[in-house]
Amino acid sequence: MTDRADPVTLPRPDDPNGPAAAKRAVSPGEQIARIIDGPRLALAAIQIGPGLMLVAVVIVVSSLSPVFLTPRNVGNVLSQSAVIAVLALAQLLVIITRGIDLSVGSTLALSAVVGAIVFASVPSGPLVIVAMLATGTVVGTINGLVYVYGRLPHPFIVTLATLSIARGLALWLSGGQPLQGMPQIVQDLGGGSLGWFPFSAFLVAGLALLGLLLTKRMVWGRWIYAVGGNPDGARRAAIPVRGVVVSVYVLSGLAAGIGAIITSGRLNGGSPTFGELAELDTIAAVVIGGASFLGGRGTIGNALIGALMIGVIRNGMNLLNVDAFLQPIVIGAVIVLAVELDVVRGHLERRLRILQAARS
Amino acid sequence: MTAGLHSPALSVTGATKRFGAVLALDNVDLSVDHGQVLALLGDNGAGKSTLIQCLSGVHRLDSGTIEMDGRPVDIFSPADARSLGIETVYQDLALFDNLDPAANFYAGRESAGPRWLPRGLRLTHHARMPEATGSVLSRLQVGIPDPRASVGLMSGGQRQAIAVARAAAFASQVVILDEPTAALGLRESRRVLDLIRRLRDEGRAVLVISHAMDHVIEIADKAVVLRRGRKVGEEVPHADNRQRIVSLIVGGDG
Repeated sequence: MTDRADPVTLPRPDDPNGPAAAKRAVSPGEQIARIIDGPRLALAAIQIGPGLMLVAVVIVVSSLSPVFLTPRNVGNVLSQSAVIAVLALAQLLVIITRGIDLSVGSTLALSAVVGAIVFASVPSGPLVIVAMLATGTVVGTINGLVYVYGRLPHPFIVTLATLSIARGLALWLSGGQPLQGMPQIVQDLGGGSLGWFPFSAFLVAGLALLGLLLTKRMVWGRWIYAVGGNPDGARRAAIPVRGVVVSVYVLSGLAAGIGAIITSGRLNGGSPTFGELAELDTIAAVVIGGASFLGGRGTIGNALIGALMIGVIRNGMNLLNVDAFLQPIVIGAVIVLAVELDVVRGHLERRLRILQAARS
Repeated sequence: MTAGLHSPALSVTGATKRFGAVLALDNVDLSVDHGQVLALLGDNGAGKSTLIQCLSGVHRLDSGTIEMDGRPVDIFSPADARSLGIETVYQDLALFDNLDPAANFYAGRESAGPRWLPRGLRLTHHARMPEATGSVLSRLQVGIPDPRASVGLMSGGQRQAIAVARAAAFASQVVILDEPTAALGLRESRRVLDLIRRLRDEGRAVLVISHAMDHVIEIADKAVVLRRGRKVGEEVPHADNRQRIVSLIVGGDG
């Protein structure tokens, strides 16, 4: 009864006044005006901007370093970007809802330490994996529930608190020491590869496909965008806003658990120092990918591109023997550039709206 | 069944709503028929918005009854109002600027399947929704240059028209519009008034809040005036009783 999916009064598709009729009503002059539409073109360029930026960076780095595009190094880049990519996929969903999750790096460390402790007493691969995923999910759920039901003004606060709490717990549980040892399956997931192609990159690809399914085809994904675009409107449209918001923090925590599996697998152990500043890298990746802090915008593909961009820049500077201290400066500059592109996009959109109003 | 013959599409009896110490609605009655436009008039704070928010499920009446076609109904949430065939065009339009018209139309009522899955996990019928949206827009003669563009890129008039068309597409019974012409220019206002007439002609009951007396006289079959939460008059708006209606709105007692 409540689930009325289709409009009651929609005409059939073969209606003579249907969409086809509307298409015909455009005058040739209008069509030309549309094609030479400067702002629209610029807007389209900015929308594929992150991809173009990545291609440009790859071209520059590979022309400066012959090693860069060798399979072994590409495998390195993918493996080094995997954790940021996984976290960025979830951070993207959070940012689309106008939120932010600062706790992912600490949650990753806590999950890894819990995994190492479980492994020390019960050396079972599946159990360790479940423990790490569950730890991340619990922290994410706490973030979501406290933010939504504690009616906090912004998720910055609660995730800042869990950033501190999760790191503290990781230090306390581990005694501040790295804990050695991970089951073989975790080591494979984090450090193994098929030829030069790392398993962790397969994992990222699989998660990205799930993310695409969620954001492009699932009702829930549409709700995430709707909540980010207009939370109040979403409530009035009978979208379960609270559930949607909690869910993205749960996913972000789960992603931290997956990140813990990759990191602790690669390094064969769990350390309370894992994932330090990872939250900033993931936010940078998402922003470089063109998502907006105002919510409602951003795509899975571009978030991955953002994560890869950070990986490529780091790797490229290592290959070119750029002083390690300069790396954060370059990353920072890229972030500013990406955000500035977002500002220009907003400006172009306003101009387009004015043009459109003048034309109608 | 005898009651069914002359029952109005929507009738409200004894509507009362309090916000803390403020009595926002005090025992208000009104009714509107299919194919009829009812104007809800009143100064700021008269209770118009509260009343329509109670009809669209944003707020809940403290007491009073709502009947549709003679049957009492409960409206406790926006979902309730929607499933009863009541759609609202809010003053802020409640559009999703980041989404295209089709996604705006179907937000919260996505056409998706399979039905055995929980609603959020269903896959959308992503070809069907833009198609159906396009035919509603063209039936209502709403011209949109690019139906794939996000609504935030469109002009004020286009956005208003999309919000009205969305309500029209899904409201089988009642369309409520909160100041639909307040932010619009002359030409755009015309278009929205035409849209309202078309909804009426298609048999919907239309409830419209407006401060523009000219528009009210033009399209409304009946006007209910609220003041400080109370109904102070019901008139058939006409050029001749314009003064009387205005004085009802501002209050004769000064």
